[in-house]
Parts: sequence; structure tokens; C-alpha cells
Amino acid sequence: MRSVPSAERRLLTLLMLLTATAARSGEAAPPEPRPPTTLDAATLDRLVKPESRDETIASLVEATDVHALPVLRALLEGNLYLGPTAVLVDRDGALQDALTGAPAPVDRDQLEQLTINNRLRRTLERSVAALSLLQGSASERLAAVRVLQDNPGPEVLPAVQKALAQERDRQVKEALRATAAMLALASPEPGQRLAAIEELRKAHAKRRLLQQREVEQDPAVLAALDDAVREVDLALQRAAMVGLFFSGLSLGSILLLAALGLAITFGLMGVINMAHGELLMVGAYATWLVQSAFRGSRHFDWYLLAALPASFLAAAAVGALLEITVVRKLYGRPLETLLATWGASLLIVQTVRVAFGAQNVEVSNPSWMSGGLTLLPDLVLPWNRIVILLFSAGVLAGVWLLLTRTRLGLLVRAVTQDRQRAAGLGVRTPRVDLLAFAVGSGIAGLGGCALSQIGNVGPELGQGFIVDSFMVVVLGGVGQLAGTTIAAGTLGAVNKLLEPWAGAVMAKIVVLVFVILFIQRRPQGLFALRGRALEEG
Amino acid sequence: MNGRFGLAALACALTLSAADARAEETLKVGILHSLSGTMAISETSLKDVALMTIQEINAKGGVLGKKIEPVVVDPASNWPLFAEKARQLLTKDKVAAVFGCWTSVSRKSVLPVFEELNGLLFYPVQYEGEELSQNVFYTGAAPNQQAIPAVEYLMSKEGGGATRFFLLGTDYVYPRTTNKILRAFLHAKGVTDKDIQETYTPFGHSDYQTIVAQIKAFGAGGHAAVISTINGDSNVPFYKELGNQGLKATDIPVVAFSVGEEELRGIDTKPLVGHLAAWNYFMSLKNPANTAFIKQWKEYVKKNNLPGGDSRVTNDPMEATYVGIHMWAQAVKKAGTTKVDAVRAAMSGQTFTAPSGFALKMDETNHHLWKPVMIGEVQGNGQFSVVWKTSKPIRAQPWSPYIPGNEKRAER
Repeated sequence: MRSVPSAERRLLTLLMLLTATAARSGEAAPPEPRPPTTLDAATLDRLVKPESRDETIASLVEATDVHALPVLRALLEGNLYLGPTAVLVDRDGALQDALTGAPAPVDRDQLEQLTINNRLRRTLERSVAALSLLQGSASERLAAVRVLQDNPGPEVLPAVQKALAQERDRQVKEALRATAAMLALASPEPGQRLAAIEELRKAHAKRRLLQQREVEQDPAVLAALDDAVREVDLALQRAAMVGLFFSGLSLGSILLLAALGLAITFGLMGVINMAHGELLMVGAYATWLVQSAFRGSRHFDWYLLAALPASFLAAAAVGALLEITVVRKLYGRPLETLLATWGASLLIVQTVRVAFGAQNVEVSNPSWMSGGLTLLPDLVLPWNRIVILLFSAGVLAGVWLLLTRTRLGLLVRAVTQDRQRAAGLGVRTPRVDLLAFAVGSGIAGLGGCALSQIGNVGPELGQGFIVDSFMVVVLGGVGQLAGTTIAAGTLGAVNKLLEPWAGAVMAKIVVLVFVILFIQRRPQGLFALRGRALEEG
Repeated sequence: MNGRFGLAALACALTLSAADARAEETLKVGILHSLSGTMAISETSLKDVALMTIQEINAKGGVLGKKIEPVVVDPASNWPLFAEKARQLLTKDKVAAVFGCWTSVSRKSVLPVFEELNGLLFYPVQYEGEELSQNVFYTGAAPNQQAIPAVEYLMSKEGGGATRFFLLGTDYVYPRTTNKILRAFLHAKGVTDKDIQETYTPFGHSDYQTIVAQIKAFGAGGHAAVISTINGDSNVPFYKELGNQGLKATDIPVVAFSVGEEELRGIDTKPLVGHLAAWNYFMSLKNPANTAFIKQWKEYVKKNNLPGGDSRVTNDPMEATYVGIHMWAQAVKKAGTTKVDAVRAAMSGQTFTAPSGFALKMDETNHHLWKPVMIGEVQGNGQFSVVWKTSKPIRAQPWSPYIPGNEKRAER
């Protein structure tokens, strides 16, 4: 991915100028490599023709003509059209003449969109960034400098120089200085190349360092390059480790959300609920329904807030129904419960298929959950995963408070530990069972709401999670919230740590084998269990 | 009610009633596509477009004076079930031809059934080659009509001059075989094994965090590209993760062989602009045949109130299904019968003006279509803009010359 050919031809001239002017950055006025090419009809004509496009873009950028910025940006974003008589820009749906900016009402069928490919996109991205250095807010200028550090080319040098001379913001100025130094990587002076390597090392630009290593002749510079690559490699590895740790944590949080409801229904109440996965699915579909209701509304980005109670209530209602119709009749008969709930799960899956279709439904992330947080230059943590991580921590705290700080929690624990005595003390145990089961199901619904943000939502969603959920609860020790949490985290981390070495398929197998061996050694799980489940076991 | 199962049930009911009373009035054909499970994301549209095409032919009087009657079954992304359903279509429903399958594993599953019962299968999806059956007509691309040109493009200057490749696929026969061919091809181009990384995920995989991180680490070495043979609904979480982790096409382009307009529907493609797909047709093509095809599809979707409504798109395998059914109808007319042997003979050399804008020809000997190759870049609106294409259709090579031993294989 080298620069454009026309720019390469001009490379040497530019570098001569660079060595003369950029040695102490910001000192000299920007060089003028050729008569300024401003955006006029003839230039626009050359820009539109594919064969002269590269050279025209380069000359516009070299001339630091900010008037060309809107047209270049339109070309980059696919908003530039060839009309019957003129070149047109689509600005927010309205067509304008690219030169004059006058409205141009033309039938869209007569327009030919000017398309670009990745190579040209790269050129345009840096060209637009170079010209953006000269206008806009400080944060926009800073973003533009960052683009240039990532995607440099010799033709952007005049713009960088000019910007350096007029820049007032300290942060931007420092970034510009670094960029100018990086651009000197192709300089004939070894000293300048060393300075460039230093800046590139700081910016972790491994790709550019490697490119330079292919062509570098000077032994001292080569040694510096080797050092820099080694150091960047180390930094990248550290970032990768942090990233891996985060993915493990993220997977753990998802497992936790999937398993928390089960920790109540199975862990505390001892009901082997094979329809647990379907409760997740019900929560996800409730989220989808809420999203559909919000579509087109101004508040679409906040549909999740409404989806949370909806998914909780939907799953809790299905859970309550399940308890009344099936589970209640079978307390203390785990085998029959297993079969009956499995049947119920098939019933729920088919009902959803008939109601909403067998295909996946589309649940889109709200815009604030798209993209990611750039922690290090090489490490981006996706927002949706961060949000889910925090959300699962919140749900965990909620469940803990519910069990330890509320009357319902007290009653649930009492019934779990000694049903007879609790009943003797006047606790209406069937009611407590119903409520506890509904709450556990509702929490599964919340898990489904979270899952809808990262995976596919379809009728089979739950089946992929049922094994994982039971694995987490059993590994953690039945009836133990802390155990469930730690088990979810452990399984997530082990799975993700294995993946890069063993591959996704093997990692899953290894984790399963690990759980089997662990349960054989320690059937009670990480934490010993107490209560009704033990007595019945 | 969505009516997928209802439709299948209706079709079965029709079949049963037709069997006794009106057996002579219709020509039955089978539609064998997964309408549930991980492949439903891709295959449902093929069923829809098949029904549309049959309706179109029937509106013009059908073939041999009879209406075509589709028998729709749902093999549910379950490979052994594909074989069962195929057997049912051929023996119980006695269909004249079957249009179906997406994944190669499903095709491999039904192949013995079609060969045993001398049935006729029209397979509309690009695949890995290394197969040639008397009983199958392949209307999708062979590797030399998709995979090889795509990699050549990536290696070219316009495509970014990639010299290092990350091969990522779903774990089954198509990605594994394609990657075997690509590896041999890359070796022939001087790329060594240390610059090729191969990774597989199971069907329905949904957590691509570590894989995207691996791609990033691989890409830091420079001149890298990803070749994705991920199939089914795993593509949605994969592309979401790509976008969220900010992996840009200008740094590391991802070229996909099983992702088209339909799979990207519902994903925000703005962070994905510039990633590529190689096909033989794109919805964005401008030519009269495609304009008519899209218009017909949009009207069909609206009239039948299909889920998705206005957002429904056309794509390459849909085009291949459309072409396949039309060619079969032409061949039946030419042969004057639906007997498999006669239709097979009549298929050779059939031509049809496809929505891709080219008159496609069924090769005289190798059961594959001549197809133009196109490479498109994802746009912000979920469509593809063509950045490279062949000037005319090219002949398929089902036996890749890059796999040792194939040079001795006969093509017929």
C-alpha cells in the first residue's frame, strides 16, 4: 500500500524541501512545490476522469487548496455524481453543483455515481485529513493528524508544514510535529530517518517500520529499526494480552447473565429447568419487539431502557406460567421435571417460530453501543461488550441484594433451606416458589436482552446457552451466587485464553473436558452447597 | 403468522390431493432450502425467489402446457435431514427437478440420493469445485470464477498489493477445500506458509472477539488481507465485531465469498465500507435485465407481504436460482419431456440473459455455467460497488489445476 504513482514521482523534490525546512519544525514557511492548483472547472474535469484522478488529488493537496475539501470529501463518501452537464455533490439529500454550490435539480436516474476503491479511499482519506488540518475545530484537527500518522503520503507534507506554522493548540501542534518527523522516513539523511523511526516507535506504527526495513540500507538506521520493531512488538503483545483478558471477562459476563437466572431456579430451588435457554430467547424477542415499536422514533437510541423491564416481565410471565402448569406439580422429582421442562422448551421454540418466523430477527445496537473505546493505539474495546460487562455486574448486585436484603429473598432462602419448617412458621411456600421461579426467569429475560446486543436473535438462541448455563451453575457449586460468578469468569477466561492457540472448536472441547474432570474430582463444585438440593440429592 | 411451515404444509397437502385427482395437470419441482436454523439467513431468500420465478413461468403458460407446482420442504440446516427430504421429494412427490442447497455439506449429503434415484439438482451457490455429478447442474461459481480472481485482485496494485493472507472460515468442507486450493494457488504465486494463517470456527459461532484481535495482530505485519469463507448467521456477529473494533478496509481488507447483500441486511455497514465480496452478480449492477429482475422481486415481496418488506434485496445466489429455473424450463421445452436423461441432454449449451447483464451459457460438457466475475466493495447503504470485473463470462474449472492430481481428471 504505497502512495500514488504521481506522488511518488514528486517524492524526491519534496524530500529535498523537507530536509531544508523541517529540520527544526515549525520554523520555516511551507514550501510551494508548484503553482497552486485550485479547484476550477478544468481541475474538476481531471478529478472526474479515472486516469487523471490520482494526480489531480495529489496536486490539490500539495497546493493546500481547502476549497477542494468538500468535493474530495464527497468523493470519499460516495456523494459525488457525474450529471449530464456538471459534476454534482449530494449534500444531505440535496444536489448541488460541485463548483458553485448552486442547487441543481437533476433527475437522479441521469446521474452516475463516482465510485472509488480501497486504494483510492486511502489516498482520499489522507488528502481530506491533510486539508482538514487547515480548518475546523481543534478536535477535528487532532483527528486529522491522527489519520495522517496512520496513513501518510509525501503529498500531504505542504499541508502539514503550513498547519504547523499556523497551529496554536499545543496538543495538535505536538501531534503535527511528530507527523512531520514521521514523514521524513523517506529522507536521504540518516539522522532524519532515525528521528522518524523514534516517532513511529512511539506511535506503534509497526507496519511502516517493517516497510522501511525492506528498503533501508544504512546499518545504523537498520539497527534502530530492528530495536523499534522489537519494542513495538512487545507493546503489541501487551495490548493483545489485555485484549484477551477483556474478551475472557466479556465472555464470562455473558455466561454469568445467561446463568444467573438458573442459579436461582436450579441453584436455590433445585428445579432442573431445561427451558431456561428459551427464557433467554423470550427476553431477546421482547427486546426485538420493543425495538420495533421504537423504530423511526427520535428516541430510538434509548429503546434498551424500555426493553429491560419488558424483557424481564415477558420472561417472568413465561416462567410463572411454566411454574404453575408444569414445575409446581413436579417438585422433588428431578427426572420428571427435566423431561417436562424439555418438552416445554420445544413448545416455546415452536410457538416463537409460528409467531415470528423461523429466521433470525434483526436487533440493532443503539448508536451509543456501536464502535469502541480506544484504550491503547492497538486495543479497541467494543462499547457493546463494555456495557454488557457493567450490566451483568449490575444484575449480579441486584440479585445479591434481592436474596440478602429483601423479604422475598429471606423467604426464598428459608424455603430453600428447610421447606417444612418454613411452612410450619406460616410461610406460604407455593407462593414463594412461584415468585422465586418468576424472578429467576425474569433475570434470564434480562440476560436475553443483553445477548440480543451481541449475537443473533432466533428461535434457537436458547439452545446454544443451556449447556453453558448449567455448566456454570454446576461448576460454581449449586446454590452459590459467588460460585456462579467465579465459575462464569473462569470458564470465559479459559475459553478465550485457549482460543488463539487451539482454535475456537478445540477450545470448546477442552473446556468441556476440563469441566467433566473437575466435577468428577469435586462433585459439589467450587463452593460446597447446603440446603434442600443437598437433602434431595 | 409467518406461514413458512404453513406454506410447507400447504404444499404437502396440495401434493397429496394432486396425486390422486390432478396428477397430469402440473409439473412438480422441489425447493430444498433451509428455512430455519443457522443457514436460514441465506437460504430463505432462495426459496422466495424460486417461487417467484415459478410464478413468472406459470404466468406465461408454464411448460409443456402444464403449470409448474413447487413442493417446498424445510431441511432446517440439518445435513442428514437434507438427504431425507431429497429422497422424499424424488420418491414420494416424484418431482421433475429439485432446486436447492446452499452449503456444500448439504449438497454432499443429498448427492448420493440424486445419483441413486437419477434425480436432477440445480445448485445455485458458489462452491469449492472438486465435484462433477451427472445429476447436478451447478449455476453458482467454481473457484476459478470467484475465489482465485478475488485473491489475484487483492494481490494487484489496485487491490492493495496483499502478500499475507488470513484465511478464516466456518469448519466444513467448502471453506477447508477452498482454502486448500487457495493455499496451493498462493504457493504458486510465491507466498510462503509463514504468511498464510488459517482459522476455523464452528457453524453458528457468535463470539469473534479473539479472532478479530488475531486478525489485527496479523495485519500489523503489513500487506495483509483476510479471506472469509464464513457461512450463515455467524457473519452478523463477525462483521459487527469488525466494525466495533475499528478494523478498517483500508488497513486490512476482508474479502468474503459467502456474504452478499442479504447477509449484510440489518448490519450497519458504515464502519465496513471498503470490505469486499467476490460474486458473479451484484444488486447494484445497472442493466435492463437487472432492473427488471429487481422490479419483479420488489413487487413479489410486496404482493406476498414477505418479512422484511422494503428492505429485501437481491443477491448472487438468488440470481443463480432464477437463471437455473429458467434454464431448466427452457431445457424441458426443448426436450419435450421432463425425463431426467432427456432434460440433461437438452441443458447443454442452453443460454439465458441473466440479471448480471450477460447471456450466460450452460457449458456443453461440464454442467457449470459460464459466468462473469465481479468484485465489489461494501458501501454505506449495504450495497456493493463493483471495483473489478471480467469483460465476459468465463468457463468454470470444477477441478482446480492447483490441486495435485486433478490434471488427469476428465471433465465429463
